[in-house]
Amino acid sequence: MSDPVLRLTDVSRVHGTGAAEVHALRGVSLEAYAGELVAIMGPSGSGKSSLLTIAGGLDSPTSGSVTVDGQDLGEAGISGRAKLRRTSVGYVFQDFNLIPALTAAENVALPLELDGAGRRSARDAARVALEEVGLDGFADRFPDEMSGGQRQRIAIARAIVGERRLILADEPTGALDTETGEDILKLIRARCDAGAAGVLVTHEPRYASWADRVIYVRDGLVVDEAGETPSTVFAVEVEG
Amino acid sequence: MSVKHALLALLEKPRYGYELRAEFEQRTGASWPLNVGQVYTTLSRLERDGLVEAGGTDAEGRSLYQLTEAGRVEVKGWFDTPVERTQPQRDELAIKLAVAVAVPSVDVGKVVQQQRNATMQALQGYRRQARSGAGDDLAGGLVLDRLVFAAEAEIRWLDHCESRLRRAATSTAPEPAEPTEGGPR
Repeated sequence: MSDPVLRLTDVSRVHGTGAAEVHALRGVSLEAYAGELVAIMGPSGSGKSSLLTIAGGLDSPTSGSVTVDGQDLGEAGISGRAKLRRTSVGYVFQDFNLIPALTAAENVALPLELDGAGRRSARDAARVALEEVGLDGFADRFPDEMSGGQRQRIAIARAIVGERRLILADEPTGALDTETGEDILKLIRARCDAGAAGVLVTHEPRYASWADRVIYVRDGLVVDEAGETPSTVFAVEVEG
Repeated sequence: MSVKHALLALLEKPRYGYELRAEFEQRTGASWPLNVGQVYTTLSRLERDGLVEAGGTDAEGRSLYQLTEAGRVEVKGWFDTPVERTQPQRDELAIKLAVAVAVPSVDVGKVVQQQRNATMQALQGYRRQARSGAGDDLAGGLVLDRLVFAAEAEIRWLDHCESRLRRAATSTAPEPAEPTEGGPR
């Protein structure tokens, strides 16, 4: 079995100290393999979003380790983590996090340009990604000229541009109606089927069911898991 | 569930027994398979009640059934009347949880978790069916959506049960309890 794209080992995160101490995560271990979509469910305040920000290098664990594509995020340092976020990790947020003054294509090309890609090649890659999410023809529109579903598609294009290996999605369907939400999940699923590893945080069972495995988090702990184990997912892949 | 009215409605066009079964299963995305014996038993009851009648034979000599005027009225009445919801059907899961809460030796949290996993796996199964094209035809897609919504509602309800059980456990505990890995006890 190949190495996981994402590996969290015994990750804890404590905010504050003394009486104000809050344990957001208490020793969580989790792996996501190429081709696999893992959903994380749990009530508000269970630690599921903390888990995702740590997986994406946006926050660091108090203890435990995180590796992405074999690279230890703790050892990578601030600049190493920033580079990893620009090149290997795609992040999709509930509120899209698009830059309003940039067009769809400019938003999508931004991580590549920040990483030093030429303007032209970054824009070309952005157009390909926009096409993949069904937004061909919308490249020059600004986010506020588009619907919520279309904006989230831009965000997904930005998360997958440049062959990212790890897609992290935090309630990506939060502000969308059911049908549009399903379309967004279809895109994330397709990217995982094409070889990326995906982690989806959601409180909606219907979206979690797109995943191969569903992990339940409560009070900073993994309490339960439903679905196929990674080894059976992988075995099916090998035989297929 | 009685399939009488569904079969009756599909006799808008004269059909023979096997054809009627195939039509029913295709329309409902094969979610509720029927055996052909059931179909013929239903047809003979409908005939006895004057809702269908023999409608000759097709080119291959198979006996066709068709709606009578009374049958048409019955079908219209079925579509015009909402499905009864005020008297909910007996729900094994609700009964099981209610009883589990009352039986001290039962780990209710575990009952909830096991059910949630099973229902999530069912939901994943519907998802796989949809992705393999089972819901592409409109009628089959609506049925599949129905199953997805029902499984989703059940998981939400189980989440809710879990929270209530935890709250109840905390409010009766002598000390503020540390969260435990196995969920509510």
